Amino acid sequence: MSRLLLRGSFVLALPALLVAGWWVASDGSTDVYWPPLRTILKTFPDVWTADRLQDDVLPSVLRLTGGYALAAVVGVALGTVIGSYRRVRAVCEPVLEFLRAVPPPVLVPVIMLFAGIGDTMKVTVIASGCVWPILLNTVEGVRAVDPVMAETARSYGITGSARLRNIVLRSASPQIFAGLRQALSIGIILMVISEMFAASNGLGFTIVQFQRGFAIPDMWTGILLLGLLGFLLSVVFQLVERRVLGWYHGLRASTRRSP
Amino acid sequence: MRGVNAALGAAGLAAFLALGEVVPRLGLVKDDYFPPTSRIADALGGELTDGAFWSALGDTLTGWALGLAIAACAGIVVGVVISVVPHLREATASTIEFLRPIPSVALIPLAVLLYGTELRSVLLLVVYASFWQVLIQTLYGVQDLDPVADETARSYGLGTWARIRHVLWPTALPYVMTGVRLAAAVALILAVTAELVIGAPGLGARIAVAQTSQAVPDMYALIVVTGLLGLLINVGARSVERRALAWHQSVRGEVAV
Repeated sequence: MSRLLLRGSFVLALPALLVAGWWVASDGSTDVYWPPLRTILKTFPDVWTADRLQDDVLPSVLRLTGGYALAAVVGVALGTVIGSYRRVRAVCEPVLEFLRAVPPPVLVPVIMLFAGIGDTMKVTVIASGCVWPILLNTVEGVRAVDPVMAETARSYGITGSARLRNIVLRSASPQIFAGLRQALSIGIILMVISEMFAASNGLGFTIVQFQRGFAIPDMWTGILLLGLLGFLLSVVFQLVERRVLGWYHGLRASTRRSP
Repeated sequence: MRGVNAALGAAGLAAFLALGEVVPRLGLVKDDYFPPTSRIADALGGELTDGAFWSALGDTLTGWALGLAIAACAGIVVGVVISVVPHLREATASTIEFLRPIPSVALIPLAVLLYGTELRSVLLLVVYASFWQVLIQTLYGVQDLDPVADETARSYGLGTWARIRHVLWPTALPYVMTGVRLAAAVALILAVTAELVIGAPGLGARIAVAQTSQAVPDMYALIVVTGLLGLLINVGARSVERRALAWHQSVRGEVAV
């Protein structure tokens, strides 16, 4: 019980201290750009009402989900093909390295040319930025499939989709998840940026609107909300990862215990 | 084997460039949107002879390098302090986990208000984004410390500073290097993004201008430049890593006994 309390106090102490510090330091603030925390928190429920959550936050999250899912499907599918064949890999590698090195936000103007400024553009932008870490990590993962396991499967006559699902994708999944985690933070960045460019709704759009209108406390609430959203998505991701990769973490822990 | 792979890679690259030439020429996509490779190359040549391009490149590199340097130093120092001081790690874990996923672009409006289009607003974003990469890797690296080595150093009477210098730092260095390499890529993304969105001088701002003035081939040429820059940074970071870790097993390779 007391250990639980101790752990709880470790988890909560610093955040509480920081928030309290911010509260006290900003309490008497008359600086327009750094409003008191009290004002920001008071503004929060006024700004992010149910309507606004539905009109701005929901579309943002839906675009992110769409683009991310698209990138995951395309990245894993292409990555599996490229990773499985040595020659294909050799042909594609330099091009892929180059495409990955392009900073994803510069694609926003390009994709605006093709897809206008609607939802298609935003989903495409998000997908085109997220796809590279997933694709390259899948290639690495598929390439590193244990040859003994692959041979065993072959001698048992396991082929086709059973082989793909149970051996290739399964043994590549830790790598694929590493790619998915990198892609998540890129996805959030692109979601915000694509909305800052040209949009009529969305979180990025609203926050820039507040900033241009000098509604500073409102802008701060937007920044806080984006932070919360990023945090929430990473928690959800960790939960999913722990479920899907449970076998892998268990394996690692047991090999570490018995060297 | 290596030669064959290089040849296949060159063939892939050539096919990619040829595809970029042929597809718009055949009218499969409008060449207003997607100019053929040769016109992009032409525009790239024009950019290279333009003094403004080089100063934009310099601005981008300044923001990238300064931001990365600040973030790397801060990340390493904070990471080591957190892991050396007892209980600090447990106390900071939740805060770090909370602050890390906050997308740095959320700070764009704040940066605009505080510093406008100055270098400092680029730095704010770059440092925030790349700091976490270095910090997290440093924390992982320090955790990897061999307790036997540490106890041995302690029993030989090495002080805290000497233990950090001779035991902890070599253990953590491979992780730190990985963190710096990741941070270098992130720093470039954020530097270009800040220029693109905020309008701070640099390649990103030039892309935005090219886009609004409908100079499509120039826009593609500039994007190619950012890609090459990213490629150079990746390659450079890897070779720095190899050199700094020449003594480490991961670079030396296993010695066959």
